[in-house]
Amino acid sequence: MKRHPLYGLMAEFDTTDDLLGAAHRAHEAGYRQMDAFTPFPVEGLAEAIGFHKTGVPLICLIGGLIGCFGGFFLQWWPNVIGYPLNIGGKPYNSWPSFIPITFELTILCAGLATVFGMLALNGLPTPYHPVFNTPRFEMATRNRFFLCIKARDPKFDVEKTREFMQSLNAREVAEIAS
Amino acid sequence: MSPDGVEKTPPAGGPATVLAPGHTYATVTDKISSIVLLEGTKRGWWFGFAIAFAFFIILNFAVGYLLLRGVGIWGINIPIAWAFAIVNFVWWIGIGHAGTLISAFLLLMRQAWRQSINRFAEAMTLFAVASAGMFPLLHMGRPWLFYWLLPYPDTMGTWPQFRSPLVWDVFAVSTYATISLLFWFVGLIPDLATLRDRAKDRLARVIYGFLALGWRGSAMHWHRYEMAYLLLAGLATPLVVSVHTVVSFDFTIATVPGWHSTIFPPYFVAGAIYSGFAMVLTLAIPLRQFYHLEDFITLRHLDNMAKILLATGLIVAYGYLMETFMAFYSGNTYDRYMIINRMTGPYAPVYWTLITCNIAIPMTALWSSKIRRNVAALFVISLIVQTGMWLERFVIVVTSLHRDFMPSAWGMYYPTIWDWATFFGSMGLFLTLFFLFIRFLPMISIFEMRGLVHKVEEEK
Repeated sequence: MKRHPLYGLMAEFDTTDDLLGAAHRAHEAGYRQMDAFTPFPVEGLAEAIGFHKTGVPLICLIGGLIGCFGGFFLQWWPNVIGYPLNIGGKPYNSWPSFIPITFELTILCAGLATVFGMLALNGLPTPYHPVFNTPRFEMATRNRFFLCIKARDPKFDVEKTREFMQSLNAREVAEIAS
Repeated sequence: MSPDGVEKTPPAGGPATVLAPGHTYATVTDKISSIVLLEGTKRGWWFGFAIAFAFFIILNFAVGYLLLRGVGIWGINIPIAWAFAIVNFVWWIGIGHAGTLISAFLLLMRQAWRQSINRFAEAMTLFAVASAGMFPLLHMGRPWLFYWLLPYPDTMGTWPQFRSPLVWDVFAVSTYATISLLFWFVGLIPDLATLRDRAKDRLARVIYGFLALGWRGSAMHWHRYEMAYLLLAGLATPLVVSVHTVVSFDFTIATVPGWHSTIFPPYFVAGAIYSGFAMVLTLAIPLRQFYHLEDFITLRHLDNMAKILLATGLIVAYGYLMETFMAFYSGNTYDRYMIINRMTGPYAPVYWTLITCNIAIPMTALWSSKIRRNVAALFVISLIVQTGMWLERFVIVVTSLHRDFMPSAWGMYYPTIWDWATFFGSMGLFLTLFFLFIRFLPMISIFEMRGLVHKVEEEK
C-alpha cells in the first residue's frame, strides 16, 4: 500500500467550544477520517467526529459471563464430579455456598476484560504515533485542543483542507508527516 | 447539597466550593505536576519517609523472626487462635474500602467533590490491601504454602474447600486487590501522559512515557476510556460491599457467641467505610497543608467527609446497639454472657474505650459544622475513629473467643512484642508506599481537575 507522505492536517484551538464547533463543521463538510485531541474528556466530541459505539460494554459483559459460569464450574466440578465427598448426606451441588466465589470471579473477569478490552480497542500501548510530531502537541495534555483531518480521508486535499481548517477559528494549522 | 456537588449558595462559616476560584486548565496542571516534577524532594518528605521506612524495617525483622520461629512468637493460643493478625487484617481492609467508595460510588453518584481526593484515596486502598493481605498469610504459619488455597490441579487430586468463608476470602481479597490496581492505573494513564509531556528530565520522560502507554488524548480513546471507567466503577461498588461481607462471613459462619450474627455484613461494611473515611482525612489534612493544596482539597471536602463519618458512625452505633439488644432478646445464655463479659469482663476497658472512640466522641462532635470545618479537630477525630475501629475488631475477635461455651476452655490473650512490631510495621509498609506515591505520582487526578475547571466555567 502506498503511504501518503502526510498523516494529516492538525488545527489547534484554545477552547472546547471552538473545537466542538470545528468538529461539527468538518463533519458537515463531509470529512469522516478525523480525530480530536483534548486534555480531558469533552462531552459530545466523539459524536461530533462521527464516533458512536465504543464496544467496551459488550466486552465487559462477555468477560462477566465467562467469570460467572467459569467461577461456578470451578466449584461445581470438584465437588460433584472430580472429588465428591459425602458429608452427612449433604448435597454435592450446594450452590448457595458457591455464590460468593462466583460473584467475585464475575467481577474480576468483567473488570479485566473492560480494562484490557479498552486498551486493545484504543490500540494502546502505542509508543510512537505521527501526531506526536505536531508542534506544541505536548499542550494537548495541558490546555490546548487539537483537531486532525487525516490524509486518508477521501475528501482530503492539502490545499483545500488547509483553507477549510483555517476558516474554523484555529490558532494554527500544521502539517503532520506520517 | 446540589447533586453536582457545587453549592449555589455557600452557607455561612467559610468557603464552600470544591475548587478555589481563579483556576484554569493550565494552573491546575502545573500546580499538581510540579509537586512531582519541579519541587524536588523536600526535607519534610525525607523526614516522614525515614520514619515510615524505619517501621518498615521493623516489619521485616518481625516477619523474618516469624518465619524462623513460627506463630508461637505471637501471643495467640487456644482458645484465642485468632488475634492481632485477624484484627489487623480486618482493620486494614476496612480502611481500603473508603478509597474504592470515593472513586467508584461517588463517581456513579456524579459527586464532583470526589475529583480532588479520589487519586490518593485509591492509592490508600491499594496500600491498605497490601498491608491487609499480608496478615492472613503470615497467620497460616507456613506462608510459603499459601498456594494451597488456590484451586489448581494438584497431584493428590484434592481441591480447596469452596464452602469455607476462608476460601471465599482468598477470592474476595485477591479480586479486590486486582480491581483496585486496575482502577488506579486506568485513572493514572492520562496523568502519566501529562507528566511525560511536562518532564524536563530525559529519564523521567522515558519512564512516564513508558507507563503512559502512548496516551495522546484522542477523542475516540477518551470515549472508550470514560465508558470503561464508568463500567469499572459499576463493578467496584458492589465489589466493595461483597468484600467486607465476605470478611464478616469469616466470623458469622462460625457458631462462636459474638460472631454468629446476621447483622455482621452491613455492620462490617459501615464500619469499613467509617474507618476508611477517617484514614482519608488523616492523609488529606497533612497533604493539603504541606503541599499547599488548600485550593483543591477545600473545607468543603473535609466537611463532606466528616458528614460521611457521622452517617456511617451512626450505622456502626446501631450495630453495637442491636448486638447488645439481640444478646438479651434471643434468650441465649451464651450470647447474653458474651455481651455481659464484654462490658464487665477482663477486656471491659477495651470495650469502653472503643465506645468512647467510635461513638461518644465523634458522634457528639461531628454534628457541629464548626468542628467539621476545623482542620485540627477533624484530624484528631479521624485518629480517634481509627483507634476505635481497631479496638472494635479486637473486641470482636478476642473477647468472643476467650470465653465461649465451656468455662474449662476459657483463656486470656496478651499481645507480645512481636504482635506489636508486626502491627506497627504494617503501618510502616503502608506509609512507605504512600510516601513513594506522593513523591513520584500525581496525588490528585489532573485530568479530572481540568474537567472540573471546565464544569465550573460552564456553570458561570
